[in-house]
Amino acid sequence: MTDTPTLQLRGITKSFGSVQALADVDFEVRTGEVMALVGDNGAGKSTLVKTIAGIHQPDSGEVLFEGKPVHISSPKEASRLGIEIVYQDLALCDNLDVVQNMFLGREERDWLWRLKEPAMEQRTAETLRGLSVTTIRSVRQPVASLSGGQRQSVAVAKAVLWNSKLVILDEPTAALGVAQTRQVLELVRRLGEQGLAVVLISHNLHDIFDVANRITVLRLGRDIGVYEREHTTQQEIVQAITAGVPTKVAGIPEAAPELAT
Amino acid sequence: MSADVDVAAPGIGLPGGDEADARPGLWRRGYDNLRTGNLGILPIVIGVAFIVVFFSFKATNFFTADNFNNIIVQMTGLTMLAFGVVFVLLLGEIDLSIGYLSGIAALVVAEFQLPGSGHAYPGLVAILIAVGVCTAIGGAQGSVVALVGVPSFVVTLAGLLIWQGVILQVLEVKGVIVIQDAWINDTANYFFTSTNGLIIAGIVTGLYTLGTLGSAIAKRRAGVSIGNPWMMALKIIGVAVATFGTVAVSNHASVPNGLPLAGVLVVIFLIVLTYLAKRTPFGRHVYAVGGNAEAARRAGINVARIRIIVFMISGAMAGVGGVILAARLNSVDLNVGGGTLLLDAISAAVIGGTSLFGGRGEVRSALIGALVIATVSNGLNTAGYKTGTIYIVTGVILLLAVTLDTVARRLQVRSGR
Repeated sequence: MTDTPTLQLRGITKSFGSVQALADVDFEVRTGEVMALVGDNGAGKSTLVKTIAGIHQPDSGEVLFEGKPVHISSPKEASRLGIEIVYQDLALCDNLDVVQNMFLGREERDWLWRLKEPAMEQRTAETLRGLSVTTIRSVRQPVASLSGGQRQSVAVAKAVLWNSKLVILDEPTAALGVAQTRQVLELVRRLGEQGLAVVLISHNLHDIFDVANRITVLRLGRDIGVYEREHTTQQEIVQAITAGVPTKVAGIPEAAPELAT
Repeated sequence: MSADVDVAAPGIGLPGGDEADARPGLWRRGYDNLRTGNLGILPIVIGVAFIVVFFSFKATNFFTADNFNNIIVQMTGLTMLAFGVVFVLLLGEIDLSIGYLSGIAALVVAEFQLPGSGHAYPGLVAILIAVGVCTAIGGAQGSVVALVGVPSFVVTLAGLLIWQGVILQVLEVKGVIVIQDAWINDTANYFFTSTNGLIIAGIVTGLYTLGTLGSAIAKRRAGVSIGNPWMMALKIIGVAVATFGTVAVSNHASVPNGLPLAGVLVVIFLIVLTYLAKRTPFGRHVYAVGGNAEAARRAGINVARIRIIVFMISGAMAGVGGVILAARLNSVDLNVGGGTLLLDAISAAVIGGTSLFGGRGEVRSALIGALVIATVSNGLNTAGYKTGTIYIVTGVILLLAVTLDTVARRLQVRSGR
């Protein structure tokens, strides 16, 4: 872990008409760590991710990428910086095979406008091997024939393929069974170990305590605080999500829950 | 004469994967495909063989070299339209305007070759103008679909009415326009000499062999496992037999002796469009948009651009088909682009195995489907049946083909593939 966070947001505010979706939110994720982002429905998780993805522009606040102020104006700009997002509803084409999906929109081609199939197939196999994804039998099988966990693995590998520095995973285990969830979480952990910054959005605290290093809690558009997994409990997080803890108020330290009781 | 440039060869395992799984034997793979309902073009081939045998007994002058050439020329215009339909169907869209759009092409090409009209150009220029006009119209229709968001069914239905109206308005005044330009008429009426036909067969086979070996070498060089070499050899032999067989039969025909240029044009478009669909990023994006437009958009693909270009292809192919259909009759009259042309073109693509719901299909399915439709219609005609019978039989075949495909796909899902 280096001292400069890969991504740092300071005082992000975003309103949609009269609805304030984000109010003075601070958020950061460092290289090699898995940062969980939790919060109830409507807490502002999606808005925050869309801000990072360049889909929304913040009304005010500062975005620093690798220590430098940046303006993420579009999803293209985000991926140019090295930010990749794996959406909940899997942006994969069922009718295409694994290689075709991995390179979709960024195909390699030669001077004849011809797809460099062997090169792309090779890189796909390498990337999957690098992530220890071994359950996919052939990279030439259509994505429709894969299980939920395998599909999620492909979606994650697709994000990794492009030398990304920050990968954001939106509910990667929401629709998966037990074994497949474990498979995907293992993959998430490996992303962190390979030196990527990972943001994991999930409702499942079990999953989060399994892989995350730190946890950011959002509530009603404000960030309640950042918790080290080592020094917190599921109860504390649940309380922060549902009731909120005024950690940001000056003078009250992180031990706020004890004060509240 | 199916010079397919198939790249979606299945079963290339991850290096280090199970070799036995990645490279099954030919029979094993064939059996697996049958069991899982992945029938491919097998039912169609059997169907065509059955049709041919049936009519050979039914009509004495069906199974002749002359009639073989006839069928090739008869199906060419329809095949060209169906090529365009495949692209539109791959997107999950529909283009109902292509019938009368081909009529517009016929009208334009006839008008711009008309001696003494003040705008008579050489045949080739007239053809380019006609195809260009249709491409532009396709692009305009596609823009309304892609940029405004009006359903393609409605846009192209409007197109159907508008272009039919234009044809009626123009030809009610002019009557019949005769096409005298040799270049234009040759697209449907030129036949190669025996020697040139054989040379063409040699070139097609050679190119296919080079292409297949070239991609195998590239794969080997990249360390990616190649498909079954026996399968590859079998495909090359198949192409050689089909091309040389076609030329041999055509050379035996007496009345229009030799390989028809129209057939060669079909093969050229088949190769070029298959390359476009299967080997280029553009083609890949067409499949992606048809499979999951939202995923394609998120992957950074300009979905609207892809849609517009596809409708331009559809228009262009309608133009090419229209010119050839007009050339076959050496004239353009009030019936141009009408009749069952539109529905035959869509049926051809669907009978050949292209899905109506997008993302699934091959360019060659247009050729296969057109072959079925043209053979049946020619056979029934030769055997003396009336038009009504032809419609009924074509309808039954369409229903059978799609039912078979649907059942096969359900089997595929059930076997977990």
